[in-house]
Amino acid sequence: MTERPHLAVIGAGPAGLAATVAAAARGVRVTLIDSAAEAGGQFYRQPAAALRARRPQALHHQWRTWERLRDALAGQVESGRVMHLTDHHAWLVERQSGRFTVHALLGPEQEEPAVVHADATVLATGGYEKVLPFPGWTLPGVVTAGGAQAMLKGALAVSGPTAVVAGTGPLLLPVATGLAAAGVKVAALVESADPRDFVRRTRALAAQPGKVGEGARYAARLLRHRVRTLVRHTVVEAHGTGRIEAVTVAALDGAGRVRPGTERRIPCDTLAVGHGMLPHTDLAETLGCRLDGPGVDVDGDQRTDVPGVWAAGETTGIGGAALALAEGHIAGCSAAARLNGAAPDPHAWAAAAKSRNGLREFFAALDPVYAPPAHWAEQVTDDTVVCRCEEVTGGAIREAVADLGAGDLRTVKLLTRAGMGWCQGRVCGPAVAGLAGCGETPGRRPFARPVPLGVLARAGEPKPSDAAQ
Amino acid sequence: MSKRLTCDVVVVGAGMAGAACALYATRAGLDVTVVDRGPVAGGTTGAGEGNILVSDKEPGPELDLALLSGRLWAELGAEFGKSVEYEAKGGVVVATSPSGLTALERFADGQRAAGVTAQPVAPDALYDLEPHLAPGLPGAVHYPQDSQVMPALAAAHLLKASGARLRTGRTVTDILRTPGGAVRGVRTDGGDLHAPAVVNAAGTWGAALAALAGVDLPVLPRRGFVLVTEPLPRMVHHKVYAADYVADVASDSAALQTSPVVEGTAAGPVLIGASRERVGFDRSFSLPAVRALAAGATRLFPFLERVRAMRAYLGFRPYMPDHLPAIGPDPRVPGLHHACGHEGAGIGLATGTGQLIAQALTEKAPDLDLTPFRPDRFGGQDV
Ligand SMILES: Cc1cc2nc3c(=O)[nH]c(=O)nc-3n(C[C@H](O)[C@H](O)[C@H](O)COP(=O)(O)OP(=O)(O)OC[C@H]3O[C@@H](n4cnc5c(N)ncnc54)[C@H](O)[C@@H]3O)c2cc1C
Ligand SMILES: Cc1cc2nc3c(=O)[nH]c(=O)nc-3n(C[C@H](O)[C@H](O)[C@H](O)COP(=O)(O)OP(=O)(O)OC[C@H]3O[C@@H](n4cnc5c(N)ncnc54)[C@H](O)[C@@H]3O)c2cc1C
Repeated sequence: MTERPHLAVIGAGPAGLAATVAAAARGVRVTLIDSAAEAGGQFYRQPAAALRARRPQALHHQWRTWERLRDALAGQVESGRVMHLTDHHAWLVERQSGRFTVHALLGPEQEEPAVVHADATVLATGGYEKVLPFPGWTLPGVVTAGGAQAMLKGALAVSGPTAVVAGTGPLLLPVATGLAAAGVKVAALVESADPRDFVRRTRALAAQPGKVGEGARYAARLLRHRVRTLVRHTVVEAHGTGRIEAVTVAALDGAGRVRPGTERRIPCDTLAVGHGMLPHTDLAETLGCRLDGPGVDVDGDQRTDVPGVWAAGETTGIGGAALALAEGHIAGCSAAARLNGAAPDPHAWAAAAKSRNGLREFFAALDPVYAPPAHWAEQVTDDTVVCRCEEVTGGAIREAVADLGAGDLRTVKLLTRAGMGWCQGRVCGPAVAGLAGCGETPGRRPFARPVPLGVLARAGEPKPSDAAQ
Repeated sequence: MSKRLTCDVVVVGAGMAGAACALYATRAGLDVTVVDRGPVAGGTTGAGEGNILVSDKEPGPELDLALLSGRLWAELGAEFGKSVEYEAKGGVVVATSPSGLTALERFADGQRAAGVTAQPVAPDALYDLEPHLAPGLPGAVHYPQDSQVMPALAAAHLLKASGARLRTGRTVTDILRTPGGAVRGVRTDGGDLHAPAVVNAAGTWGAALAALAGVDLPVLPRRGFVLVTEPLPRMVHHKVYAADYVADVASDSAALQTSPVVEGTAAGPVLIGASRERVGFDRSFSLPAVRALAAGATRLFPFLERVRAMRAYLGFRPYMPDHLPAIGPDPRVPGLHHACGHEGAGIGLATGTGQLIAQALTEKAPDLDLTPFRPDRFGGQDV
């Protein structure tokens, strides 16, 4: 066979796009698979063309990078080197005798199967938001920070006239400024981390002047939009009948407990909450890739420990769009070299590696700062629903641990059904672990998406035409 | 040197077998400590299904144990009610061909002679029992004694009700013995527990535990996958499986064998299980095994074609070469008792096992002859 080697890239966010463009430029045939209708991922989720948003730049300060990637992708698609499959939800990547089969479902119904064969694969599936529960968090009008942001970016629709942005993490700033810029009144930005902790970490921060500048720009914008920022504060409860009407916020003491008497009520129509991000690792775990903490473990080439599998972007750990771009570029170069039968030459991506290593250091320093308050679980009352899919309360989880001998996430799940529902514990996993006082363990979810049994029953079955080969 | 005994019995393993042993032993008046290196139900009990079956067993000692266990489960079902999700829903074994039906009916005749209630179901009546079965099936046998429990909940609630001391997160690293060789307790990574009797309820890891006492017990892993669908309104009313399953259970083949046991659960999801493979403790996902489960289930119930599998999970059944568990005192080590090796039936057979162990510990006449379950029946030497 003289066909070009074939790389399957899963995820068309910054990491997947950078990998695709880099590999294609090095002569590799690439199939780019993504569940969304358009490329861009979480960061470059573009306003739907139909809306003809006048100045999308206002929402994207890295718009030019995006334009470059988008144009490069378009060029490669046109030249036939890249096939971009939109609306393809990968549910399983199978590795057999060193080759790969990506099993996908065609969206949005996700009923019809599609299959991509490849010689190697780059997993660039990004991450998802972590949200911890508190009384009232299931009220309509409570959304994730990313959800609010995505609504802004994707549809320019605003969910309600007054919003509170709360939780912890670097995401809250762009979300608050984004909402404010779109004309939403942001009543408060409630961040549980302590700014003094940033100062203690200035060494790592100083190494990334660009990031400090980004922070300064956000701060200036918050001021311009008169957003009140409450640091070392947390939301203790969301109030409302039928939908959210107000939140109670309170100050935190040095140990991460609510300071009694500091509670105050802030009326709002929307509460955007987020407690950081978690990597999507389902496809990698089923392939047998080793994890490093919550993310996929990779070497300097972005290779996982499974031959032929690379991982890049937030699936390897949370660190923002610039880091995802750098990792994706390296993965694309490295995979292309190997597929072309050459030993990868790290000098070829030295600039990207330098940027990657610096950004990783920066986010490693940031990570402990943006931790949820140490005693957040104390705010969860016994009747607060923790697992929304199965309607499991905080009380039921506490009982499983105290009375029934549950000691880990899996047993809590078995004894309470927390995490057995539609989201398979992706949403409630961290919350259940926190309440149960046990560590977070890999989810072991063999299917990245629910798959119709009829599709599963025929998945990977040798076709008569294959048999002839 | 005289050491104070910490209790009468140490049960190693907080799975279904250990929980049942603890319950019946405390009810027989013994002071019991249960120790497990993980949480409750962290072993195979949390990684399987909760079928309590007589339908899949041919006449013999396992069926006798299943009938005893089924009666005890019914008592516990009345006592523990919904907390362990006990459901006496009955099983329907479906023939997929006329010759299969003949074989199934012959098999059922033998079971009836051994005390099983097995009612032949004509094709027209079959669709009253299970309206969504594939059309054109030649017939079935209905087993009203088949029932169901949620294994992790059952283990947790039986342990709690037993009042036994529970020591989770502690690994047994040695079995302590007197100079004469009799058991005097266990050593754990959290200290020694002294007792004149130790019950090996370590499931698939029972061989390693027996080895700590210097005896050979051939318990081996047999991997199984289970598929779980999205929640549905009740579409499947019994435990339904194809008759070829009966042949699989008693098979010695190391090759993959799957048979679609399909059932609806109280919580809504349909469970489809389970595959059988001898691949050691290999945790990697197997598309062929899971695909075969999906194919089998959709053949029986075509409506499942469009129903989504939410997840698959796997576990390692503790199997012994003759497919019978090891139950009772080990003549090679005074004070050591075994309650493991139940393969794919350890949930169902747990109650009878617990009862028999309690009887042995208190030197009462056992409800069943223990000879077929003797732990030294394989002639293994001291190791
Ligand atoms: C609200 C919000 C604001 C942010 N603001 C900033 C900011 O100001 N600055 C900054 O640097 N970073 C920001 N980020 C972070 C940034 O979006 C991420 O760091 C970046 O998008 C990570 O890129 P990625 O390529 O790893 O993953 P993603 O962008 O998440 O892309 C992953 C892609 O994979 C697809 N996918 C996942 N699973 C499958 C599957 N099974 N089958 C098919 N496709 C799949 C997804 O649809 C998605 O398109 C923000 C994130 C959010 C949520
Ligand atoms: C896919 C699948 C489906 C199944 N379906 C059914 C079914 O429908 N019906 C049925 O009846 N059975 C079924 N089974 C079989 C059933 O699950 C097992 O037979 C049963 O769970 C065994 O229980 P156990 O208590 O003996 O072992 P386990 O539940 O494995 O418990 C043994 C315990 O011992 C502990 N342990 C081991 N070594 C040590 C040590 N050194 N120190 C401390 N602790 C130790 C372990 O941590 C573990 O918790 C199925 C099994 C599988 C895999």
